[in-house]
Amino acid sequence: MTEWINVILQGVLIGGLYAMFAAGLSLIFGVMRLVNIAHGDLIVLAAYIALLVTQGLGIDPLTSLLLVVPIMALIGYVLQRGLLNFTLGDDLLPPLLVTFGLSIIIQNGLLELFTADSRKLQAGAIEIQTVQLTQGIWLGVLPVIQFIVAVAVIAGLQALFYRTALGRAFRATSDDQPVAQLMGLDTRHVFAMAMALSLAVIAIAGVFLAVRANFDPSIGPARLIFGFEAVIIGGLGSMWGTLAGGIILGVSQAIGAQINPGWQLLAGHIVFLAILGLRPQGLFPKVSG
Amino acid sequence: MPEPLLDVRDIDVFYGDFQALFGVSLRVEAGAVAAVIGANGAGKSTLLKTIAGLIAPRRGEIVFDGAPTGAAAAFAMARRGVALVPEGRRLFPSLTVEENLLIGGQARRPGPWAIERIYELFPMLAERRHLPAPALSGGQQQMAAIARALMANPRLLLCDEISLGLAPIVVRDIYARLPQIVAEGLSLVIVEQDIVQALHAAAHVFCLQEGRVALQGKAAEMTREAISAAYFGV
Repeated sequence: MTEWINVILQGVLIGGLYAMFAAGLSLIFGVMRLVNIAHGDLIVLAAYIALLVTQGLGIDPLTSLLLVVPIMALIGYVLQRGLLNFTLGDDLLPPLLVTFGLSIIIQNGLLELFTADSRKLQAGAIEIQTVQLTQGIWLGVLPVIQFIVAVAVIAGLQALFYRTALGRAFRATSDDQPVAQLMGLDTRHVFAMAMALSLAVIAIAGVFLAVRANFDPSIGPARLIFGFEAVIIGGLGSMWGTLAGGIILGVSQAIGAQINPGWQLLAGHIVFLAILGLRPQGLFPKVSG
Repeated sequence: MPEPLLDVRDIDVFYGDFQALFGVSLRVEAGAVAAVIGANGAGKSTLLKTIAGLIAPRRGEIVFDGAPTGAAAAFAMARRGVALVPEGRRLFPSLTVEENLLIGGQARRPGPWAIERIYELFPMLAERRHLPAPALSGGQQQMAAIARALMANPRLLLCDEISLGLAPIVVRDIYARLPQIVAEGLSLVIVEQDIVQALHAAAHVFCLQEGRVALQGKAAEMTREAISAAYFGV
């Protein structure tokens, strides 16, 4: 029994990471109907930037977020203003193709710079520290921090969307771009701010990913799939739904792995497919108002 | 003759290969109310959208407050003091009434309109400030759309088809509030199918017919025959 509780708790904690993969994806699609195929590769890019920062400055990965987050946000802003804004229009295909190309460029660029060797960010003693919840149930300190950060990120995004002028501009631009322009909003800037925010979240996700496990230039697309699955399970347009989607995906994978180590990814995909089939709008779709 | 606030000079506007406006010129003095009338498809909405910067004219120029607008985008025109109340209201459906007003004031210029003043002019919006915009009736939505535009403190307010789809009593109610708005010192251009309302509200009338100005003059001097002729091209 405690074994299963342990499995589910581990799944919940990893679900926080998946929710962070998903949140940036959902944000971008919500604001500008852009499906960012390069999302996973940008997560890996963030991990490599964190690698350079930690090695170059000799700081630990969590501290490196102070630099990695603004660097990624800046990359997001420039990427949107300099490239992706030109792909937006009535057709969903051009941004899809351009971000697909971007995905290939990032993967190969990282391969060229860092080789195909696996890397990992070293967080030191905190990596093996645990806390005892009850008799027989131990949680890793790092996964718990990761989950708390994920909840904070989701709560922060939710507050930003519904409590700030920038969030209002995001929602208005999402509703009606020409009229948003009439209100004096430069939608190119609004979109770039959304991409900056998305990549700031990606930066956090990338650092936690890189502390948790090995990474190499090729692992981006799988992270993109996890993000997509979490978004679809949770329901588009709802940040808390995205967190729930991430947790459901994480728990499904953990249960699958417990039954048979080879079933981890399969179990996640099956649960995703089942929810897509039974409830295509997701479990917690956006409610108006 | 004083320098007009808005001087549209001989503009041609196209949608792709389709020409919607042919050499249209129009002048609006500061503080004046002008009406643009005409049949469906005459180019009235196109004219307003062009002034607001949503469409760029292919020929001719628009001078606002003494400076040519060039190819300025809609957001830049909004910041310079041009506000458009679009046809069909187009409030942001996922925002509340108050959020719609606040977004209108996002790039606000200094001026008399702030949210408290808006709620004095439109008390029914104050009562419904926390409702989602689609929960308002058509007339309330029209008032909210005008209020949203006022929040920017524009110098030129463009209103497209205020009366469209609204009951006559509601239209009268909205038109009754326009003088208070103009009294605060802005210029107003209304596009209207309801000729009686237009002639009543405006000092100067422009009648568009198939993308050209077919008739213009002081509203008080317009004869029914001249308007019919310009309106229907007979």
